[in-house]
Formats: sequence, C-alpha cells, structure tokens
Amino acid sequence: MADPMRIRAQMAGDKANVRVLMSHEMETGQRRDSAGKTIPAWFIQEVTATHNGKQVMRAEWGTPVSKNPFLQFFVKGAKAGDKIAVTWVDNKGEKRTDEATVS
Amino acid sequence: MKTNRREMLAQSATVMGLLATAGLLPQAAHAAWTKAAFEAKSVADAIKALGGNASTESKDITLTGPDIAENGAVVPVGCSTNLPGVKRMAIVVEKNPSVLAAVFDVSDAVDANFSTRVKMGQSSNVYAVAMMGDGRVLFSGKEIKVTLGGCGG
Repeated sequence: MADPMRIRAQMAGDKANVRVLMSHEMETGQRRDSAGKTIPAWFIQEVTATHNGKQVMRAEWGTPVSKNPFLQFFVKGAKAGDKIAVTWVDNKGEKRTDEATVS
Repeated sequence: MKTNRREMLAQSATVMGLLATAGLLPQAAHAAWTKAAFEAKSVADAIKALGGNASTESKDITLTGPDIAENGAVVPVGCSTNLPGVKRMAIVVEKNPSVLAAVFDVSDAVDANFSTRVKMGQSSNVYAVAMMGDGRVLFSGKEIKVTLGGCGG
C-alpha cells in the first residue's frame, strides 16, 4: 500500500482551499535504468475528490505530473467540519483514499 | 480460523482472479482515461483528443507558473479562469514527450482553479486550456525556461 496522502483543507472566505500531497513515483516510462532498460511507466491516472461524500472534482493525469504530486483546488460552499476525501488510482490499478476535515 | 500467510496469499490471488474475470478490477474504470489525449504529441492533437475543436487565445484564462524553473522535475503550475460555464481545464506542456499533463473536470462545486506540479524536459511554452460548455476552447500560455531538465535520468 502506498503511503498516505497529506491533505489540508482550510477555509478561505466561503470556499475551502484543499491542498493534497500524494506519495507516488510518477515514473514516466521514458527513463532508463543503469542497464539501459526502460523503466515502465507508473503514474496516477485519476484523482477524484468528494465533499461530504459527494464527488466535486475529477482529474485525469498523465506522466508529466511530478513525482509525489501536489494538487490544490477550491471547494465552494464548504464549511468547517466538512469532510474532504481524495482518491487516486494509478495505471497499475492501485488506489488510495484519504480524508481530511475542513478547518 | 487460523490462516497462515501462504494460504492467505493463495486465497487473495483466487479472489483477484475472480474479480478480474468479472471485470470488477479498476481496469474497467480506466476505460474512462482518455489515452489518446495523453499520448498526443502536439498541443493541437491533445485538444482534439479531448473533444475540442479550434482553440482561441483568451485573456480570461490564466496560467500561473514561474518564468524560470531551476528544476524541471518540479515546476509549479496552475490554471484558472473566472469565466462561467467551464467544463474542463487542462495543463499542456508543448515540448514534453507527452504534452498533456493534467485534465480537471470542473463541477459546480469547485472553482475553475487548480494548481499542481509538472515535469518539464526543456524550456517550453506551457498552456492552460479551458473547454467551455458551449464548445469553445480557450487557452493562454507562457514560456517557462528550464535550467535543468526533469525527464532525464
């Protein structure tokens, strides 16, 4: 299982500023190892976010996203105490969900 | 019931096999991932694969990012717009091996304002692309200079 994400959701005006730091290699499939063999691509393909269980954001990612990706977005109509959950799925089918409370 | 590790592994393998045959594994979900767009080699191809037509430059779309990135492996970029009716926003790096970095589906519940970090192989134009609900495709971009490429070993 991959390492947990670090999610911070803070109110900024009437929106929640959600910042997520995921732990993932994000291998592009372009690099070669010391033996000259291509390292297969391994990256997060899909990221979804829910606000109190309702999906608010979906993103598709490609290999150009950096290693240990950072993501920031703003959820409208959120208030302190709400739950924001983020899920990612990588191209190997591995997935991880983490949740944070808006503060 | 006591299950040792070996039996446990064997069982989970069986379960995984069943799930796979039933098509319940996440691969099914991946069909939604627009492969063609992420394999596109040019900005125009990527937009086309996402279902957009001719794009026009617009001042209402903002791409945020540094003028000079010291490390191409981690370039902070963001795309945002205040226009209503945005369906999707994308971040595109013109000179990367795969130009499309990320696509965000905009819903009523989130702002059309996303930030992330991308890899850049070399100095290149980076575009924020907004696909509007009425079919228009708007973009704006800036050149980000990279001192150290992020795609090499």
